[in-house]
Amino acid sequence: MNFGFSEEQGLLRDQARDFLDRECPTTRVRELMATDSGYDDAMYRRMAELGWTAIPFAESHGGLGLGLVDLTVVLEEMGRHVAPSPLQSSVGLAGMTLLAGGTEAQKAAHLPGICDGSQRATVALVEDSGRWDAAGVRLPAQRSGDAYVLRGEKLFVSDAHVADWIIVATRTGGDGNGGDGGLTLLIVDGKSPGVRLQPLATMDQTRRLFSVVFDDVEVSADAVVGEPDQGWTTLTRGLDCALVTISAELCGTAQRVLELSVEYAKTRQQFGRPIGAYQAVSHKCADMLVQVESAKSLTYYAAWAVDNDADDAPLAASMAKAYASDAARNVAGNGIQVHGGIGFTWEHDMHLYFKRAKWGETMLGDATYHRERVARLLEL
Amino acid sequence: MDFSLSTDEARFRDGLRAWLRENLPASSSGRGQITGDTQTLEDRRRWQRSVYEAGYAGVSWPVEFAGRGGTLMQQMIVNEEMAAAKAPDLINVIGLFMAGPTIIAHGTQEQKQRYLKPLLRGDEIWCQGFSEPNSGSDLASLRTRAVVDGDDFVINGQKVWTTLAHVARWCILLTRTESVEAAHSGLTYIIVDMQSPGIEVKPLRQMTGDAEFNEIYFTDVRVPRVNVLGAIGEGWRVAMTTLMHERASLGVGLQVRSRIAVDDLRTLARATQANGHSRADDALVRQRIAQLVIEVEAMKFNSYRGLTQMLKGEEPGPEGSINKLMWSEVNQRIQETALEVIGPYGALAEGEERAPQRGRWSYSFLRARANSIEGGTSEVLRNILAERVLGLPRSR
Repeated sequence: MNFGFSEEQGLLRDQARDFLDRECPTTRVRELMATDSGYDDAMYRRMAELGWTAIPFAESHGGLGLGLVDLTVVLEEMGRHVAPSPLQSSVGLAGMTLLAGGTEAQKAAHLPGICDGSQRATVALVEDSGRWDAAGVRLPAQRSGDAYVLRGEKLFVSDAHVADWIIVATRTGGDGNGGDGGLTLLIVDGKSPGVRLQPLATMDQTRRLFSVVFDDVEVSADAVVGEPDQGWTTLTRGLDCALVTISAELCGTAQRVLELSVEYAKTRQQFGRPIGAYQAVSHKCADMLVQVESAKSLTYYAAWAVDNDADDAPLAASMAKAYASDAARNVAGNGIQVHGGIGFTWEHDMHLYFKRAKWGETMLGDATYHRERVARLLEL
Repeated sequence: MDFSLSTDEARFRDGLRAWLRENLPASSSGRGQITGDTQTLEDRRRWQRSVYEAGYAGVSWPVEFAGRGGTLMQQMIVNEEMAAAKAPDLINVIGLFMAGPTIIAHGTQEQKQRYLKPLLRGDEIWCQGFSEPNSGSDLASLRTRAVVDGDDFVINGQKVWTTLAHVARWCILLTRTESVEAAHSGLTYIIVDMQSPGIEVKPLRQMTGDAEFNEIYFTDVRVPRVNVLGAIGEGWRVAMTTLMHERASLGVGLQVRSRIAVDDLRTLARATQANGHSRADDALVRQRIAQLVIEVEAMKFNSYRGLTQMLKGEEPGPEGSINKLMWSEVNQRIQETALEVIGPYGALAEGEERAPQRGRWSYSFLRARANSIEGGTSEVLRNILAERVLGLPRSR
């Protein structure tokens, strides 16, 4: 029994925190929020040089041959710094999905670019119904000889503006009303003719979401990731990884809010005492601690379980995401409350964390969605 | 990270499981508490004896004090397996989890030799005299007085919420040896023979109708000075050891108990029909149960993180207090959800034939109200987290 991080993982965390403290303070985050791309490409390449984008991939594909636990360490630090970066979508989501179901040729073609930071990628899943499950996928991919033709719109696609390739969930069979069959995952080049992007104005300006319209976009049959019509099985494995990495980001964000709130409660004086001496405030902070620590416990275990293909990996991933989603929103909300009026200003950083918590809560299904998945997995 | 057991640990667990299959008493009531019922007491005493003889009591205690000299992991395996098998609690809970570890930490060699073996065997039951009618959360304000008189202390005062006092041979008693103004520094921790003249024990009937607890009245009770644990005036420091062990032992045991309770709740929801549907098909019921399952799982991994720290030889982190706080609130919501699932049957009392499982959920619903009070109120635990973990200023 060892539920702790290794020495190497501790060093990785120190490295990530030092780098982000230096390169990505909230002053820099605010500058990047105001740019078109919403992130700093040079910073992304430096992260890649540090190996962060290569962590979970095999050495034969240019990776470091490490695991999801290691990736979790880095993403927790990214969440702590509300760092704007396509690392989550490229590595946690698209990279892990390709790893879960891609052919050797696909992996050899696409993963080295992800690892060295020269390429970015994303996954296009949700449509205007806003559903994260298989039934929400309606966008058809018509079989035409040796090719598929995609027509329709995807929404809430993270970082599509910088994606060199996109894994698109399409409907190739079934009616979408029962079962998870009939979905096919296709890799589409982000620059293909007929792919049109429309940015969606996001509450969290450090995270960019897009409408991606596929206007008769043709891809060859070797663009299928996993088995045709069995795409949901592959995608679920990728999504389980991303549930863990988003939960890790949420843990980092919530941890930072807790620290800032405690610091403020120690120094801010009202009625002649630090506000942290009032139990109405200190007990709120204690509850925040309980939620942050519990979110970490569930997330770290889920990382290990998914990494080791444990029987309860899908369950653990949904438990982590359900808990971390609620915890981060509550903690960030309480953080604003502890700060009082200053916490509601644009000038103070609290809103950056609060908005990031909402982003993470929403992505890949909120707590309500994942509690129902937990209930189903437990055969309730 | 690695969640597997070593070969030795797995062998130890398998041995324990085999032993439990052979030796677990058939008529385990499933009720965690010990009441005045003498049959239950005798059953539990016999159970502890057999657990001790099999080497599963005091697993991590030193061999020279009748323990097994085993590892923390083995202790955790015993806690988990006993709870999972729904084994009855050992009778000497106060002795095993509070008095024993405190004697090991602060006792003289003579005290360790005298008290620990009969404690582990269940031959001598222990109780704890800390709380008083006017000193609950503010424990250091206690007024039970011990005055030195020759080679003795003379003790006068009253204690309350004393589990097992009516059958205990020994009491770990926190007394005041200096004035009330001296607060923490005026306290002394004394081992009191419950057979001493001047001790009166009265059962305290609680809202469930049971009497798990007692009040103890001390009138000019003489106790030899050599029975002090630690030194005169050191009582607060010694008492903190007791309370730390209480919460640490609660940490592992409680999450297993919650896991069993939430599993029972799932079964109950599946089995209960309303309007031709299982209650488990109701979206709101599903959401609430799933949330409880998730929080119980979080407690499990919180305690594993704490255990990992202790295995590395570090001090236990805040997990003990976090889990005690979570457990009490989660258990109360488990009980509330269960009664909501059964609808009007939740208004029936324990023992009523028409109630599901003869009203066991009505009993546990009532009993759960004490969870956020016993072993440190939720308010005290939040103070501990705020002040000792987060470093916020003291609120008093």
